[in-house]
Formats: sequence, C-alpha cells, structure tokens
Amino acid sequence: MDRPIRVLVAKPGLDGHDRGAKVIARAFRDAGMEVIYTGLRQTPEQIVEAAIQEDVDVVALSILSGAHNTLLPKVVQLLKEKGAGDKLVVGGGVIPPDDIPYLKSQGIAEIFTPGTPTSESIEFIKSHVRVEA
Amino acid sequence: MLSKDEIDKIKRAREEWEEKSVSKTISRFPERKPKFATDSGIVVKRVYTPEDLQGQDYLNDIGFPGEYPYTRGVQPTMYRGRFWTMRQYAGFGDAEESNVRYKYLLSQGQTGLSIAFDLPTQIGYDSDHPLAEGEVGKVGVAISSLADMEVLFDGIPLDKVSTSMTINAPAAILLAMYIAVAEKQGVPMDKLDGTIQNDILKEYVARGTYIFPPAPSMRLITDIFEFCSKNVPNWNTISISGYHIREAGATAVQEVAFTLADGIAYVDAAIKAGLDVDEFAPRLSFFFNAHNNLFQEVAKFRAARRLWAKIMKERFNAKNPKSWQLRFHTQTGGSTLTAQQPDNNIVRVTLQALEAVLGGTQSLHTNSRDEALSLPTEDSVRIALRTQQIIAYESGAADTVDPLAGSYYVEALTDEIEKRAMEYIKKIDDLGGAPKAIEKGYIQKEIQDAAYEYQKAVESGEIVVVGMNKFQIEEEPPKNLLKVDPAVAEKQKARLARLKSERDNNRVKEALSGVEKAAKGEENLMPYIIEAVKAYATLGEVCDVLRSVFGVYQESVIL
Repeated sequence: MDRPIRVLVAKPGLDGHDRGAKVIARAFRDAGMEVIYTGLRQTPEQIVEAAIQEDVDVVALSILSGAHNTLLPKVVQLLKEKGAGDKLVVGGGVIPPDDIPYLKSQGIAEIFTPGTPTSESIEFIKSHVRVEA
Repeated sequence: MLSKDEIDKIKRAREEWEEKSVSKTISRFPERKPKFATDSGIVVKRVYTPEDLQGQDYLNDIGFPGEYPYTRGVQPTMYRGRFWTMRQYAGFGDAEESNVRYKYLLSQGQTGLSIAFDLPTQIGYDSDHPLAEGEVGKVGVAISSLADMEVLFDGIPLDKVSTSMTINAPAAILLAMYIAVAEKQGVPMDKLDGTIQNDILKEYVARGTYIFPPAPSMRLITDIFEFCSKNVPNWNTISISGYHIREAGATAVQEVAFTLADGIAYVDAAIKAGLDVDEFAPRLSFFFNAHNNLFQEVAKFRAARRLWAKIMKERFNAKNPKSWQLRFHTQTGGSTLTAQQPDNNIVRVTLQALEAVLGGTQSLHTNSRDEALSLPTEDSVRIALRTQQIIAYESGAADTVDPLAGSYYVEALTDEIEKRAMEYIKKIDDLGGAPKAIEKGYIQKEIQDAAYEYQKAVESGEIVVVGMNKFQIEEEPPKNLLKVDPAVAEKQKARLARLKSERDNNRVKEALSGVEKAAKGEENLMPYIIEAVKAYATLGEVCDVLRSVFGVYQESVIL
C-alpha cells in the first residue's frame, strides 16, 4: 500500500515573502501529501537537518530574495553529503529564466515561477516521487 | 439627502424597471455570472441609486476636503495645489550604484526618494555576516555603517528632498545615520523631511523582517516617536502599512482593518509610554496597496481616511485636526503583476495608479512591468514614472478634488468597507488588540485563508488573470533583466574591514556600551544610537548589542 508523499516546504534566504510557501503547503496537503513547513529564514544546514529528521521525500524551496543561485545548490550539495541525495528538490519564487538552467544543472529538479498553477507542481511531484511503504 | 417620499418613488420605479426591462433582457441574454462581488466578498449590485445612500448625511459623513472626517481628502485643494509626491522605491547593489540611480530618478522629475535596503540591512546584519551570503545588494542597497550612508546620499542635499526609508526593525539606526549624514551636510535635524516605515507589527504577520520580540520593538518605536516630536518635527515617524498585508493575500477590507488595528496599537503604546496623543499623532503616516478593482480601491482609501479620523477623535480624544488626518503613500500591487506577457503590467499599473490618485494619495510608487521577473531595469522604471506623470499632466484626474464622490456605487462601497473593517477591528479589540491577535495567530490565519481562496479561484478560472490563465501566448523568455553584480558582496566586505581598522575603536566600544546601558534602562535610546553610528559602529554591531539585551523574535508557524 502506498503511503502519502512527505514534503518539507522551506524558506531559505532572508526574505519574508511566505505567501507562496504557505499557499503551496496547503495545496500539497489538500492533494493528500504530508507537509511540514519550516517558517522563515532557514539556512541550508537547518533545511537539510529538518529534511533528514522528518524523513521527507521532497524538499520544496521557496525563495524571493534573489539569493537562489547561492542557497538552492547548497541545499542539494548538503543533502548529498549527508547521504540524502535521493530526495527530490524543487524550487519556486521570483527566479529569472536565465538562472533556471544553472539551478537545474546543480540538481534542482524543477523551478516553478510566478503564475504556475499549484496543480502543476503537484503533478510534477507525484510523477517524480516513488513512494514505497 | 433626498426625502423619504422621493426615495420611495425611486424604489418603486426601480422595482418596476427590474420587473419589466431587466427580467426581459435577462430572459434573452443572461448575465455573465450569477453573482458579482469584489475580492472582499462585497456583492456588487446591477445598479446603484439614491436608495443606497439613504441615511447618509453629506456634511457629517462626506464633508469637504481638508475637513473632518476627511472622506474627500486631507487637504482643501489636493492636487490643484501640488501633485502627489512621485516616489519610486529603489536601491540595489552598493551605495555608489544606488546613488547613481537616485540622481537619475531625480533628474527625470521624481520628487522624493524611496530607499530600498537589502535584506541583511533590514534584519540587522552587516554585509560580512554568514547569513548575508548571497543576499548582499539583492533586493535593495547594502548599508552597514554611516560610511555607506555618506556615499548613498553623496551630492543629494537632504534639506531639498524628502526621503522615505523602508526600514523597520532597525529603523532607529538608519534614521540615526540619516541624521548624521545631514549634520555633515550642514542640515540640522529640524530641516529634515521624510519617513521611516518603522511598522513592526505588520512584519510579524506579513513581511517577515523582524528582529526583536514585540515588547522591546514597541519601545524602540515609541522612543522614535518621542525623539522626533522634539527634534525632527517634520519626520513621519512611522508608515503603518497595509501594503504588505494585502500582498500576503488579504482582501481590501482586511487591508484597512488590520492596518488601522496596528495603528491603534501604536497609539495605545505611545500613550502608555507617557506621550500626549497630539504630540506624536500628526506624524503618523500610512501606506496602502492599489490592486485591480478600480472602484473598490478608491472607496477603500476614502473609507480608511474616514474611519481613522473617527478613531482618533472619538477613541483617543485627539484635539489637533492633524492627528485626525490619515495621510498615506500608495504602491501599486506587486502581486497583481504577471510574469507572462509582462508588458501587460504597464496597463495594470496605470489603473492602480489612477485609483490611488482618485483616492487622494499623498505619494505614489508605480511598479515596473518586469517585477514578477526580477528587479526592474532603468527603462522599466522610467515607464512606471511616466505613467504617473501622464495621469498627473494629461488625464485631468487631478484637476478636481475627490471626483468620484457622489457616485452612488462608490459612496455605497465606501460605507460598506468602513462597516466591515470596523467589525474586524471590534473582533481584534475583543482579542486584546493587534499584538495579542498576532500572538494568537488570528490575523495571520485570516490573511492565509484569503490567499488560499484567491489561488483556488485563479486555478478554477473563476478569477481571470489576462495572459496567465486566459489569453495565453507562446513567449520567448524575457531578455535584458537587471542583474546585480556579484562583486558587490566582496566590495562591501572589504569596505567593512577597512572601516574597522580605520575608525576609533575605543570610541566605538564606549558608544556601544552606552547603547547597551540605555537598552537595559528606560532612557530614550535615540541619542545613544546616534552617538554609536557617528562613531562608525556598524549596523550589525548596534543590533547585536540590542539582540543581547532584547532577545530575538521566534516566529510561530501557522499553516
């Protein structure tokens, strides 16, 4: 039997724009996922620790501060270092299109920019995470 | 006001019209939707008539511009005397780069400055702090010490411009730096004109750049009120902000209600600290959003003005008419902009800017078309400024005061928004006031629910966003977006290292222990903070001292 997908919604960086993070967290929950939300101003170290402790399948990073090129790859790298490189990492926020290829090359599976329906992010996660009981 | 007989006559005629003409039309051409409503859930009727203004008393409820209850505006002549202040929020990179942008904006006819600080500055970290990694100069200019501030305002005479600074938790420190720069230019404090945002309550619910817990934060704010009322009389000591509350997902009614509830909390705190209401209230200012619903937004500004006037006069017994006046800045709605077909945003911004003008704003920032993608380019900022200038000089909208007054619809909406906002304020009073309501998560929950409802309505297509969920096209990725030079962080770090080796470190140490002593006691902190920044203590150093005395705020995560 399948268990629900577990997602950590996290806010790296110093910005306080959590509308998107909170909306997506609720949409994930309404789609049957188990959701943990970190709150604001989380360092990559704190996010990775929470992801491992909560044993999540997905780390969803919301950032609007402009520090995405620094912080998002760092989360992926730290996950790998801690032996948790199998978790799916996705990102969302005001992220210029020019930066997306770089982020993907660093192991972020997908970037969702403003205007993306929550259903699209949910579909992406469901089709990229295999959950075994 | 019409007599009861006349109203009855109109009512009968309307009912007849509905029975005959309307039902006939609807039977052949149904209306677009079963129910029309604004985003605040206010049902919009097919037509409005004098019936909707029954009970309204023109002289008491609407009155004249510049007179209580200020429904029509805070000045008698409004834009016939002088246009609103055109103030574009700007700042990025380091102080040198931002200084160039400010001089450019002033040369293009902008009439006031609005400083955007980067996130480390906003939460009290110097550019060389580990948490600042990747953030230096990104969403605003990096200011770590008075030395940066001197560069930021180089060649800009501070007795000639008014400056608004979007700074909250460390507002006292940035204000102190501004005062110190002015002094070096030979401009005394009482000649300074500007605003600090200094509104911590909305940081806890909507914007997130808090540092200290509520109690010491409120103390910093009342210290600023007191210091400025004596020394910087033309300074707006706070900009009580609904803008970010709306951006976080609130409705128009919630924006008014939560903002004024915060305002009430600040007035309460200052009175409790021993200040006289008429000493500080005239320097309170407000900051609102302008979203897309044209008439609702105009009504919102009018309702907020009337409601605040009543609160100040009736609840706080303020005697000075200036204490009753809600003066406000407006920024167009960032969250209404789309990343898709970004040029469409120019049109949205035009409508929103027009609302602010029709609503009687004192100053205005128009967003740039590319802000759903990145920081705006110089071209985009110029178009945004030109939008204001076209409304001012070409549209005629500024030629008469409060042109929509007397519209049955706008007056009815104004009444309805005021009524609904008042109901919220009562609820917040019952919870023990805004700080308590925030502590309980009530305000956050209300905002989040509204944000989620909105998102669902967009995804179901019930709300149409042109170019995003309807009328989409295949697009090339946008080009020429502004990029902040990554070298800024290194430059800032080097500048800080040099500063720390060149300054008089004994004076810094002494000044910082002065700040510490004052923070632990009850003396006004401002003079100590001014001495510290003049000694070139950094922003991070002053905040560290305050953090050690006050502690830091821990967010309660509510989903």
